[in-house]
Amino acid sequence: MSAVTVFGICAATMVGLGLYGLITNPQPLRKIIAFNLMGSGVFLLFGIIGRRGAAAGMGNDPVPQALVITGVVVAFSATALAIALLLRLSQTTGSTTLKTGVQPSAASDPPGG
Amino acid sequence: MLSPAPALDAMTSSPGGSLLVLSIVVPVAGVLVAFVLGDRYVRLVAYVAILLGSAITLAILVALPQSKGPIVYLLGTWSPPLGIALRADGLSAVMLAATAAVICAVAAFAAADFPPTATKTRASFAFWILLLAIWGALNTIFLGGDLFTLYVALELLTFAAVPLVSLEGRADTLWAAMQYLLFALLGSVLYLLGTALLYGLHGTLDIVLLSHRVSAQPAALAAAALMTAGLLAKTALFPLHLWLPPAHAGAPSAASAILSGLVVKGSFFIVVRLWFNVMPGLPGFAATQLLAVLGAAAIVLGSVVALRQQRLKLLIAYSTLAQIGYLFLMFPLAFGSSGKLESGGALAGGLLQAVSHATAKAAMFMAAGSIYATLGQDRISGLGGVGRILPISVLAFALSGLALMGLPPGGAYLAKELLLQAAAEQGQWWWAVVLHAGGIFTGAYVVLVLAHAMVPAGRQTTSGSAAPRIQEVAALALALCSLLLGFLPWEAYLPIPLGGGSDKLGFAALSKALLPLLGGAMVAILLGRWELPPEHLSRWKAFLEAIDPVRRAALAPSDLIGRCDDVLRQWPTACICLLSLAALFAASMLASP
Repeated sequence: MSAVTVFGICAATMVGLGLYGLITNPQPLRKIIAFNLMGSGVFLLFGIIGRRGAAAGMGNDPVPQALVITGVVVAFSATALAIALLLRLSQTTGSTTLKTGVQPSAASDPPGG
Repeated sequence: MLSPAPALDAMTSSPGGSLLVLSIVVPVAGVLVAFVLGDRYVRLVAYVAILLGSAITLAILVALPQSKGPIVYLLGTWSPPLGIALRADGLSAVMLAATAAVICAVAAFAAADFPPTATKTRASFAFWILLLAIWGALNTIFLGGDLFTLYVALELLTFAAVPLVSLEGRADTLWAAMQYLLFALLGSVLYLLGTALLYGLHGTLDIVLLSHRVSAQPAALAAAALMTAGLLAKTALFPLHLWLPPAHAGAPSAASAILSGLVVKGSFFIVVRLWFNVMPGLPGFAATQLLAVLGAAAIVLGSVVALRQQRLKLLIAYSTLAQIGYLFLMFPLAFGSSGKLESGGALAGGLLQAVSHATAKAAMFMAAGSIYATLGQDRISGLGGVGRILPISVLAFALSGLALMGLPPGGAYLAKELLLQAAAEQGQWWWAVVLHAGGIFTGAYVVLVLAHAMVPAGRQTTSGSAAPRIQEVAALALALCSLLLGFLPWEAYLPIPLGGGSDKLGFAALSKALLPLLGGAMVAILLGRWELPPEHLSRWKAFLEAIDPVRRAALAPSDLIGRCDDVLRQWPTACICLLSLAALFAASMLASP
């Protein structure tokens, strides 16, 4: 088994684990971590693609590296935004469990106009 | 993986190219300047940026028909696949124009809600900055020439839209924003995974280059399925709509108008680019039918649940859900006999529908915002007498409702005609039925709201402050704009077949308009939640008693659909739906020859 295959399987496993965590964990913080795990899997996949470009006879394909760097910046800002939102949420309500399926109309105070 | 670029037209910058850069730079520069100057000047900066940006959009609209083919700008004169191109074709131009119109109207509406020197300075500062950021991100989506640029723009759009939801900082809106962000992130990771696979296969992400290289390999199909599913999650197509109703109904009205009118169109536009420009030959018959089946389900579920709502803003949010479904009906109708998606009348109809929904829905949310501000609440049962207090807002609501229903000469009317024509040509009569049903359902909730707004006031308590006149006028102007869209020269930008929808004010056109109105009234009577004052109902007693058994029979399936909606809005259900949809799309694309 070549290194590319091993890392490919690693990337697929990370995406799968991240997906599982994102679906099953009710806590937003764990969901955010699961999202990052999934993102890392995709970035690893980009790395492998760059490496495969190298196998095709070039030094190394630089474009996937540029894409990964941009992707990391985007994932970082997404995480920062999510954490900020979570902090604000725990300050306001004192709880950080994502309550799903709540009737929006049943919210205690009427949403704004 | 570099390969010599094939000789393509539109591979060098064209004369008007710098306009494309400016249309992205101006809003972004506005954001940066606003940060430097601080909250006292934020509104001024926003207005200057909006005026400049609208002028640039106008210039693009003028320049496009004169240039042969799309306007192209190569960043740093590096040509794809190594460089990045910005391209403006007719579709981008139409969406740019609609965005500029809605942003202008919302800016006029929000002037009073978010003044620079208010007690809640932070919310107002954030609003203007986010407004410009959303505009910049949307322009990048409409002009971006490669799939990774579109990914970055899509993320920018989400990051600007999520704080708009929770601008007021109440617990329920924070929950809505959190749910929106997490689900959108899941969608964007799937999209990114698809781009990674496509790059690995073809060594480029440029839309034009990819469209020449892409072929029906299993990995390309998997990529297409993942990207489509991710984008549908961001567009909130049924059954992936868990985040939309709380987010759109809880935001301040000016923000709701932007979110409902424009933000969902961003990811919709990327679906159109992906299916029509990148891989028109790949999806096949089954996948296009699947997409439109989801759209039809969205129309039924969104409309029926909208009729069950007690609050006006939630009703409009669910109506957005139904209208998003309407946008996806164009895909099977564009699927020609050549075995690929053709850029013809159906595509033009779909884009027109998107534009008219953007303007009409923004106007509807703004009218609802004026009503909320004046009454201090937005319960549909408490709307009595509002027709007398706020005639302009109710008129704006009615006109935007008529535009959405597809009344001539609105943009939605032209769109419906084009789609019906395509359905007749393709022999897919079942989508014609769905198109008519969509109009009738839209008629139902508009009639329901107007009927409640027109009854005389009962014990009216106006606890809020009166809405400023400029807000009402902004909503009315945008509603009128949506209703007059049919008169604009679309042929210069969209692939409209000759003679398509030429009859805009004739007797035949008007008689077609009666169907959604009368049918809508019937559906509203059967399925609507009627909470009129009892003295008003007594006049209709005999009629109500006569239809009571029919109404009871109709309410049972309506209850069932409501419960179904509750289940679908659970987080695990929605995530599993998302994954199954990706698998279904891959399977249906693989099955097609």
